[in-house]
Amino acid sequence: MARKLKEHQINRDWCKGCGICVAFCPKQVLELDKHDKVVAVRPEDCICCKLCEIRCPDLAIEIILDEGEDND
Amino acid sequence: MAVKDYLRERFFPHMWCPGCGHGTILNSLLRAVEELGLKKNDIVMTSGIGCSARISGYVDFHSLHTIHGRALAFATGVKLSRPNLNILVPMGDGDALAIGGNHFIHAARRNIDITAIVMNNRIYGMTGGQFSPLSGPGIKATTAPYLTIDSPFDVVKLATAAGASFVARSTAYHARESTEILKKAIAHKGFSVVEILSQCPTHYGRKNKEGDAVAMLEVQKNNTAKIGSKALAENPNLIPRGIFVQEERPEYCSEYDKIIQHAQQR
Ligand SMILES: Cc1ncc(C[n+]2csc(CCOP(=O)(O)OP(=O)(O)O)c2C)c(N)n1
Ligand code: SF4
Ligand code: SF4
Ligand code: SF4
Repeated sequence: MARKLKEHQINRDWCKGCGICVAFCPKQVLELDKHDKVVAVRPEDCICCKLCEIRCPDLAIEIILDEGEDND
Repeated sequence: MAVKDYLRERFFPHMWCPGCGHGTILNSLLRAVEELGLKKNDIVMTSGIGCSARISGYVDFHSLHTIHGRALAFATGVKLSRPNLNILVPMGDGDALAIGGNHFIHAARRNIDITAIVMNNRIYGMTGGQFSPLSGPGIKATTAPYLTIDSPFDVVKLATAAGASFVARSTAYHARESTEILKKAIAHKGFSVVEILSQCPTHYGRKNKEGDAVAMLEVQKNNTAKIGSKALAENPNLIPRGIFVQEERPEYCSEYDKIIQHAQQR
């Protein structure tokens, strides 16, 4: 069964708008807003691969899964 | 524990530039420590000087932020006095292989149980973009306005020849792979060297027109291939990634213990 997303937890104070997570998201879920902070604009397309989370140089984005899933 | 529990959150946001690969290496390393289930109290990180070396301030382990090139010397002292602790030594390419080159080869030769991580952005980031022994020919640096002419060290070959018993390479782009390799390197008993290609968009990227962090990560993705892969066989110019050496060999602290016992029996 596919993992279910609860939310993208984004730390706006830590995000520096480098765009790495945006560029390498396989589903184009993420965009930078006018303040150069990341936002999940298409959360329904997220496949919870966590590539954004593991590559973020600023540890500013975390994928939170639905209750009962292993959030490691 | 969650990854964040291994951070000193009070120092965040960190000082690294937007898109600096060193941040991703910190991210990969924290995941390795978390997945191995290590206790914070059982880890000592020593670092020298450089943007890379600032990493020791951000982790909630025992940490020593020491002097340029000498992180492995301090680490050797810590390990010999407390051999049960896990010692992590992240270094920049200048820190590890220019000023610290001698410490590097001799730590490898002794096969002391330390995990050395070379955060290789092929430039001196902190001091404004001088070339390093890992830059290679044909790059622009403040100390080489008309391009560099020196050949680089190959960290993998150097560490192997010097006697490291675990030698591997990955990149910031391959963050999951880095975590898997770091887990094995930390668990390995002996001197482990993990080279992780990093990006310095601020100096290397700007001077060499490699573009922003995203473009530099594309280079890491396109210019490297796993050892044993078809891509590497077809294009030997690619930089190989993976584990090159993983061998059991007498470890320095264990041998030292034996000598103490031998001396006491006389
Ligand atoms: C003994 C000594 N020599 C020189 C310096 C100046 N210095 C500070 S950092 C650095 C090099 C940094 O480059 P690197 O180790 O590759 O790390 P990066 O900043 O790229 O992560 C130098 C030469 C110093 N601090 N101490
Ligand atoms: S990778 Fe991290 S710092 Fe960069 S834009 Fe995404 S969340 Fe922000
Ligand atoms: S978890 Fe994967 S699909 Fe979801 S936003 Fe992150 S990179 Fe995109
Ligand atoms: S100068 Fe380069 S190495 Fe230093 S923090 Fe900035 S991007 Fe990273």
